[in-house]
Amino acid sequence: MANKVLEVNNVKKVYGSECPDCLQSTGPEHASNICPSCGSIVALGGVSFDLHANECLGIVGESGSGKSTLVKSLYFDQSVTSGKAWFTDQQGERIDLFAQHAAQQRWLRNNRLGMVYQNPHIGLNFDFTVGGNIAERLLMGGSRNYAKIRSSVQSYLEKVEIPLARMDDMPADFSGGMQQRVQIAKALVTKPSLLFLDEVTTGLDLSVQARILDLILQLRYDLDVAMIVVTHDLGVVRLLADRTIVMKNGQVVEGGLTDQVLHDPQHKYTQRLISSEL
Amino acid sequence: MRHSLTQQDHFGFIDEYAKREVRRATLKAICIPGYQVPYSSREMPMGRGFGTGGLQLTLSMIGPTDTLKVIDQGSDESVNAENIKGFVQQVCSGVHVTNKATEASIVQTRHRIPEAPMSEGQILVFQVPYPDSLVVVEASESKRRVMHSEADYAKLWVKLYEDIVRYGEITISHRYPTEIHGGYVIDPSPIPRYDTARLHQSPVIHLFGAGREKKIYAVPPYTDAKPLAFEDHAFRVESFLDQDGEQASCSVCGAKGVYFDEHYTDDGVVQYKCSDTDFCLQNLTNQKNGQ
Repeated sequence: MANKVLEVNNVKKVYGSECPDCLQSTGPEHASNICPSCGSIVALGGVSFDLHANECLGIVGESGSGKSTLVKSLYFDQSVTSGKAWFTDQQGERIDLFAQHAAQQRWLRNNRLGMVYQNPHIGLNFDFTVGGNIAERLLMGGSRNYAKIRSSVQSYLEKVEIPLARMDDMPADFSGGMQQRVQIAKALVTKPSLLFLDEVTTGLDLSVQARILDLILQLRYDLDVAMIVVTHDLGVVRLLADRTIVMKNGQVVEGGLTDQVLHDPQHKYTQRLISSEL
Repeated sequence: MRHSLTQQDHFGFIDEYAKREVRRATLKAICIPGYQVPYSSREMPMGRGFGTGGLQLTLSMIGPTDTLKVIDQGSDESVNAENIKGFVQQVCSGVHVTNKATEASIVQTRHRIPEAPMSEGQILVFQVPYPDSLVVVEASESKRRVMHSEADYAKLWVKLYEDIVRYGEITISHRYPTEIHGGYVIDPSPIPRYDTARLHQSPVIHLFGAGREKKIYAVPPYTDAKPLAFEDHAFRVESFLDQDGEQASCSVCGAKGVYFDEHYTDDGVVQYKCSDTDFCLQNLTNQKNGQ
């Protein structure tokens, strides 16, 4: 098996005062992530998993299961309560993600990680042009040559099939699917070794969803990037993910090869999820 | 109620405690080039926006042996410059005022740096309306402070990038974002590009006071001041060309290669005059004296 890009170990995220009973009295077996003793919400109750180079990991679960909280924590959009996450970059340096200070986190976000949000209004700056949005990532990374920046922007817009004639238009003038594709170009332009995709196809019509998924699949093989795909759509993980973990009430209830999880689910919740009994 | 100056008014108008606070902020600003030091800007007997920040800097430093020059967009005679000079003379007995930049120990200025070369020991005080270079791309001050602390100027660079996309060049004419000592990017007050370039390795202490925004920052002597520019789109200063495309000269004193004000004659012809009135007058005097 290839080298590990990410090792997540016992990550917890609790909203509230947190008491000693929080972890014991929440989770799938209690069918709740609200602590009955103190009322805290346990968004992540000790999540662990590994991600290998060039691998795509799917995270599925119902709304509120903690899957988005998990990737947002790994992308530094949110802080965690405890736990470790080790990221190994292209140079082989092993980085303790949650021990980095704000400037180091920002550097990692801009140079080593990429994120595509469900809502393009979070991922894109609507005051800048589409080209400017993608250029921003390169400028954050220290690029100062206009021609080279422009050329990189064009190259990645071509990859995501955005007409170059529209590269200087504002994102607000783009359709939802095009905005998602611009987000993907923006996330990939710095050649990150790890890409987070948070519900990228939610809210898009089926034909646009199919095009976005094909595009992600193609880019994954072209650019050799490891991915974590968060979704509640099992079709998305079936198409993209090598391995899948299933989350409920802030905890991982089942994990394994995607085919194995989808065709031979062991946990009761996964079985209900797949048989769409929810 | 309108404040009337009396014999009981303190030297320099503001009290010693306030002066000490401004001086402490000033020293901190000099120690951390380009960093905006917050201070409790006092009420002055003039409206915010008329140079209260610069005036507080001047009054906190000035002593009876100092010589002060005040200019407003290069002019010694403008209403703003005359008012400030008059006020300082009223509240700082013994202080001399001058029009000559080379004679002044403190030059308070609005939007220009004097043309005459200044030397070590002189202090240039700028009146600043907007102290933060990031205000054009980020409205929240708390976010701007984080961006400054992390040297996150990407959004400012995107603005320059988009300028080139739209117009083929960076079109910022004044308040040109300038990186100081390889760290903070400042708004060097609304001085033209011509003056922005002159901040670099200047022997003068440059102090920037924003009264309304309650910030002081500085470019110490012999400090790198690098206007933001792309490797393949270099920073350039204003060029003044006459009808023949040649370098323009001042219609009054004949000076070339300085910063000009542009005037249109009745028949629509562009005329240039030195923006720095003292410099222009000195040139004329020298010409009359045959120097």
